Amino acid sequence: MSLCVRIRKRLAAFTLDASFDVERADRVMALLGPSGCGKSVTLKCIAGVMRPDEGRIVLNGRTLFDSDAGVDLPPQRRHVGYLFQDSALFPTMDVLHNVMAGVREGGRAERRERARRELCAMRLDGVERLRPAQLSGGQRQRVAMARILASDPELILLDEPFSALDGYLRWQLELELVDELRAFSGGAVLVTHDRDEVHRLAQDVCVIDRGQTEPLVSVHELFARPRTVAAALISGCKNVSRARVVGDRLLACDDWGVTLACADAPDARMTHVGIRAHYLTAAPTDAADGRPALAGKGDAAPRPAPGANRIPCVVERVIDGTFSTIVMARTPGGALLRYECEKDAWAALGGATRVTFGIAPECVMPLCEGCAKGGGGHA
Amino acid sequence: MDLFPLANSLRVAAISTVVVFLLGIALANVVSRAPRVVRGLADVVLTLPLVLPPTVVGFLLLMLLGPRRPLGAWALSALGARLTMVWYAAVFATVVVSFPLMYRTARGAFESFDQTLADAARTLGRSNAWVLWHVKMPCCRQGIVAGAVLAFARALGEYGATSMVCGYMPGSTATVSTTVYQLWRTGDNAGALAWVLVNLAISCVVLVALNVVQGRAAGGRGAASFSPAGSAAEAVAAEAVVAEGGAL
Repeated sequence: MSLCVRIRKRLAAFTLDASFDVERADRVMALLGPSGCGKSVTLKCIAGVMRPDEGRIVLNGRTLFDSDAGVDLPPQRRHVGYLFQDSALFPTMDVLHNVMAGVREGGRAERRERARRELCAMRLDGVERLRPAQLSGGQRQRVAMARILASDPELILLDEPFSALDGYLRWQLELELVDELRAFSGGAVLVTHDRDEVHRLAQDVCVIDRGQTEPLVSVHELFARPRTVAAALISGCKNVSRARVVGDRLLACDDWGVTLACADAPDARMTHVGIRAHYLTAAPTDAADGRPALAGKGDAAPRPAPGANRIPCVVERVIDGTFSTIVMARTPGGALLRYECEKDAWAALGGATRVTFGIAPECVMPLCEGCAKGGGGHA
Repeated sequence: MDLFPLANSLRVAAISTVVVFLLGIALANVVSRAPRVVRGLADVVLTLPLVLPPTVVGFLLLMLLGPRRPLGAWALSALGARLTMVWYAAVFATVVVSFPLMYRTARGAFESFDQTLADAARTLGRSNAWVLWHVKMPCCRQGIVAGAVLAFARALGEYGATSMVCGYMPGSTATVSTTVYQLWRTGDNAGALAWVLVNLAISCVVLVALNVVQGRAAGGRGAASFSPAGSAAEAVAAEAVVAEGGAL
């Protein structure tokens, strides 16, 4: 499986400029970005139901779209399956006929047989005669998936497939879809704004922000070393400050009013720095010398050592989450810093109002803004 | 009572409804997907007969179909057929006058059709014709049926344009509405009343049928998801009543 996408399309608010390659069939690629950043448009261009202004889309050596060569295959001939957010099942047909609509070849009996097989594989044989409106949200998505598999696609596009579901149902469907995708021999591209879904379902990820894609990275890399502000934010980094290099691996963080050491020499285009809320360590500030007092017992949990980086803060708000405590603290530079820890860990600090946060240099992430195409982007 | 006017009216209305049904769906399908400017222009042109006085439609048709006019002369020489003052001339009049009802109702239904359903079908390899026939039309069924019922009712009640293009010839071009006028004009109030009652009965049946269709749209099985028709049909029905009031 190989998919090569290089497309541009002018949209109302920005220009979509998407560029990525998917090489391996056994890996799911995720397009991760906030709502309205052009993710779905990208998928629709690949499927052929929307037309890019210019560019190329090549799937397994077949050119699906090429504005220079004047190629624009209709969606019927692209063999790209599209799982819509809301299933897009035909409401006037029962489940069996919906799946039969996906079978491309054979007479009526053969198509019925194939549709039955796909439904059985999805353990949906009990609902053949029901209409989509009589199914649960999860069943609808599974029928839609059966319908796509019946059409023998070379690539499956998943457009926020879980967003219409919540809680437990969502989790159930996710487990089932993972099995389906593993059994599927082609490739898959997942569009989502949910970093946890990316973590669980995909191996490669491409961050997209206001229509600009960033270079493809592995999911592990995105979470360990995001390169841009957009990637950091979408991967769940809560603390970002403007920053500049002031010495050897020393970054002055303007919004926070502190200078932090980082582990690796930052990129010359660095403009910001990011810190994940749960990598911070906290200790009450000893009023006398401004140094942290003994760490609370919560800090016995395996966390990066604070190293030389200290950020003295004043606690502004303490928010009780479901399983953790979120602390918003005022930094010397005036910006708020978000710190997350287990409830017990915060309780051990005994309601301190002045706290010094520590952060290991390897957890200080230099970021750049507006350099999404850094290095080897396309023209 | 000679029942020819009733038979003729039903014949004319039925033929015109079939024509308007096909034409209306085809044009509604094209226009509902067209760019906005085209849509606006097409809408004005295609809806015009709804607001024009039927006499204007009749006049324009005579200018086109009369035996010495372009189309009429051609038909006479090529096919040897007159296009005015014959029973089927009424079909031309009713098609023009009832077309906007079918077109607007169908277009309203098509516009509220969920385009992702069509996209889904196309990615599955289904042709555009298949999508129209198996997905779009069934999903918009209520709107389409409502449009056809309205068009039929309008064709049945057409008077102005019809009387201009085919006059009143008993046993040949007489329709229910032209017969009512003719009998009243000649002082036969009892005869006119009989046809008025026939007309009332038919209109009631048609309106009941329309309500049944729309009732299904509002409360039928799994309704909400596949009936983007009710409100559009109602809006056009209101226009239709105004137009017919003007016509009769």
